[in-house]
Amino acid sequence: MAAKLPPAPVYLARKSYRQRRIRDAARMLPLVGAVLWVMPVMYVAPATSTTGLLIFGIWVVLIIFAAVISSRITLGPNEIDKASLGQDGD
Amino acid sequence: MSFNLLILVSLSYVAFLFLVAFWAERRAHASGARWLRGPFVYTLSLSIYCTAWTFYGAVGYAARSGIEFITIYLGPTLVMVGWWWILRRLVRIGRTQRITSIADLISSRFGKSTSLGIIVTILAVVAATPYIALQLQSVTQSFAVFASEGGATWGQSELRTAAAWVAVGLAIFTVIFGTRSLDANERHSGIVIAVAVEAVVKLFALVAVGVFVVWGLAGSPEAVLAKIDASPISHFETGGGRWAALIFLSAAAFLCLPRMFQVLVVENADERNLQTASWAFPLYLVAVSLFVLPIAVVGLERMPDGANPDLFVLTLPLAEDQNALAVFAFLGGFSSATSMVIVSTIAVATMVSNHIVAPIWLNASRPGASMSGDVRRVIVRARRISIAGILALGYVYFRFSGGGAALAAIGLVSFSGAVQILPVLLGGIFWRGATRVGARLGLFVGFALWLWTLFLPSLGPNAVLSQTVLEQGPYGLQWLRPQALFGMTGLDPLVHGLLWSLALNTMFFFVGSVFSFPRPLERFQGAQFVNVFALSESARAWSGSGANAEDLLIMAQRILGGREAQTLFQRQATAQGKSGYLPDVTPDFIARLERELAGSVGAATAHAMIGQLTEGAAISVEDLIAVADEAAQILEYSNQLEAKSAEQDRTAKALRAANEKLTALSIQKDAFLSQISHELRTPMTSIRSFSEILRDTDMSGDEHRHFAGIIHDEALRLTRLLDDLLDLSVLENGQVTLHKQVGQLTDLLDRAIGASGVLNSKLQIVRDHASEDVTLHTDLDRLVQVFVNVIANAEKYCQADSPELRIAVQYHDGRYSVDFADNGEGIAPEARTMIFEKFARIADEGKAGGAGLGLAICRQIMARLDGEITYLTGQQGAAFRVTMPASETMAQSPALLASQ
Repeated sequence: MAAKLPPAPVYLARKSYRQRRIRDAARMLPLVGAVLWVMPVMYVAPATSTTGLLIFGIWVVLIIFAAVISSRITLGPNEIDKASLGQDGD
Repeated sequence: MSFNLLILVSLSYVAFLFLVAFWAERRAHASGARWLRGPFVYTLSLSIYCTAWTFYGAVGYAARSGIEFITIYLGPTLVMVGWWWILRRLVRIGRTQRITSIADLISSRFGKSTSLGIIVTILAVVAATPYIALQLQSVTQSFAVFASEGGATWGQSELRTAAAWVAVGLAIFTVIFGTRSLDANERHSGIVIAVAVEAVVKLFALVAVGVFVVWGLAGSPEAVLAKIDASPISHFETGGGRWAALIFLSAAAFLCLPRMFQVLVVENADERNLQTASWAFPLYLVAVSLFVLPIAVVGLERMPDGANPDLFVLTLPLAEDQNALAVFAFLGGFSSATSMVIVSTIAVATMVSNHIVAPIWLNASRPGASMSGDVRRVIVRARRISIAGILALGYVYFRFSGGGAALAAIGLVSFSGAVQILPVLLGGIFWRGATRVGARLGLFVGFALWLWTLFLPSLGPNAVLSQTVLEQGPYGLQWLRPQALFGMTGLDPLVHGLLWSLALNTMFFFVGSVFSFPRPLERFQGAQFVNVFALSESARAWSGSGANAEDLLIMAQRILGGREAQTLFQRQATAQGKSGYLPDVTPDFIARLERELAGSVGAATAHAMIGQLTEGAAISVEDLIAVADEAAQILEYSNQLEAKSAEQDRTAKALRAANEKLTALSIQKDAFLSQISHELRTPMTSIRSFSEILRDTDMSGDEHRHFAGIIHDEALRLTRLLDDLLDLSVLENGQVTLHKQVGQLTDLLDRAIGASGVLNSKLQIVRDHASEDVTLHTDLDRLVQVFVNVIANAEKYCQADSPELRIAVQYHDGRYSVDFADNGEGIAPEARTMIFEKFARIADEGKAGGAGLGLAICRQIMARLDGEITYLTGQQGAAFRVTMPASETMAQSPALLASQ
């Protein structure tokens, strides 16, 4: 029953292309964090302090990346995200 | 340190918070104070995630289980860092749908279902109660620590009295600042700012204790690291399963806890706040958890055996006689506990009033009585009573649980209860196929399993479940043992409970959704939620209405308040171009009004109230499809427009080409006129001058004959030119009569070559006589005329050193074609369209004997003979193809037949 929407553009200009990729990075970040944080328990760490430092190190790196990525994402009031409909142009 | 002084300090702190809250409310009211809604206050308000459980409990947790405590802060970090996935969507939905709580979100998504609202509310109350009890417990315990420092040992009764006072104080604060306005979407500025202040206090308190422990007691960070590795807590091994499960649990709880939903979504004033909070809040979490392990390790080392590790943050400074630091730490713990309780009670009270009290009241006042009674007062009163009720519940839980269980255990059980909402929440915002039936099933199953496997056992053996039930299962049914469901033993009880409850919850939700059919409103809301970024707000859930505007205004006034409702109606009337307070009751207006009401009383109640007035005007499947059709028609129309404009483009292009051709022709025509006058004048001039010579001069017979011959030749040339013009005009007007005869193609070519006089010239003719064995039935003379013309052209224009003309005959698709291709330079592409036009002449005029009529005549002749003459591209030089239908031939040549 869904009405067909006008076809989304297939190719984007450089600026909007960059914006899309930054959003991809924003999507990727938590997955990377999850994988990294599950790793310390996968092997026997030499010491708790090492494990702790590793976890905090990952934390700081994630925060830095999150800050850089989210500052580059532009959010407009009328931003329409066609990706949410599975019509992703690149 | 006197205990009375501590009481004084904490009362002053509370008074300070009251003042800050009042000030913020007034500022927000007066100037809208933008920074109150800015990203940093937003980030600080998220810190209610760090409750007393964090402030005191994290150290206790670390003292018992080592580094595992940190998982509780990793999960929320992942959610914040991944805000683009879920939080952004939740916040946008919360804003467009005017969501008041997580129960409202679920209820609204699944067709504004009252029953789902009730289920989620009950779940929230049950999960929040132990958590609130936990906060009361931590505050009273910290009081007790100071009391014992002053020499008094607190027994149960003193603890209870203190807890009761704290609960009452919190209730008063929350009622004052949390129920000022009915509209949940209107920010509680006072509360938000108080929570932000408390966030700063608790962070600094914890960091201060940490700094004191690391540099004051242990000496240096390196020493602390060494102590950590030497301490017994470093021997604790967390299984990979439990580790991952805890990260997941904390991430999920961060989204599902009613108080977190309140600050993340409901109190969010601007989507862009998420951008800052996505890194700022994880930073806050890092700061909070940085000193937990050091405090735990140093505490274990220095405090006597049997000291409660949950209170190390407080007892460690006290033991070292750092009274000021201890008071600061106390205020930090107090802040963590109170801010959580305040926000949590507001969130849960909103749910209770909107999803339990309001529907009951609405039912009781039916039928037709919806006009009586002040809804506003009922709801506000319900909310105040709920706040008091929830705190009372927490207090009761605190009294009966005896306050003995470790803080961390209660926290995790409470988390896993709230997390039961997760499948329905995510399914609701990402999957249009999720239905009310599935949601109800999933929540019910998940809630029941959580009670059985996690909540009841957490109360301790013999509290509700006896030791025997825990070990043998109810009635000896082994497979129903709460901590080894279906015989799954050897798993960590928390992982076990979480796994079973969430897995079956998700499965029932999915199966129920797949095998049920949603009501129209569910489908409508489903599309609104899942496509929140693509659909505009204008979609409407009402199809027309029998309601009268005055009734609606009366109802709206009872909920929104007189002035607000009148403003809303008046604005709508102005937008419709009417004066006065009563707009036309359009579906759009009803949808808008419903959204406004939903911001106060929740979607389900707002829908039901409007439904009472509009009677059966709710949207139907047909309406949904019609709306979709409308959209499709608009799309179709725009596609047609696009096609039309493309067609116009093509037409314009064709017209432009025609115009260019006409312009070129007109120029050539002018050129031709001057040419033809020149052509006519040249022979006329010589005829005139030679005849004058003949007339005026005496000359010999030979000379006489010579001049007469010239005059004759020139006269012939003139005649030929005029013949050509006449010929062309006859052909063009269709007045020509064809004399059809039978002849051989090869004879015709012989004749043409002879007539064109090329036999004596340099031009070599290359022919394939076998293929020319074709008998034709056509006007032979005319056809020869065409051939002569083409061959003569080749002779005239071919510039090659040893000019050559190939004549090839082919049969294709019922037509014969005769190709004449020379090896010269050919005709320039831009001239090819012009050569068949009358008067067309290319190259230098002087060389051409004719007046540019030859090919035009050929084209006319071939058209009469049902054939055509075209310029053949892709050859070395100039090439012409003469085609004629095979029906004009009597018989095909054997050679060509063989070649087919």
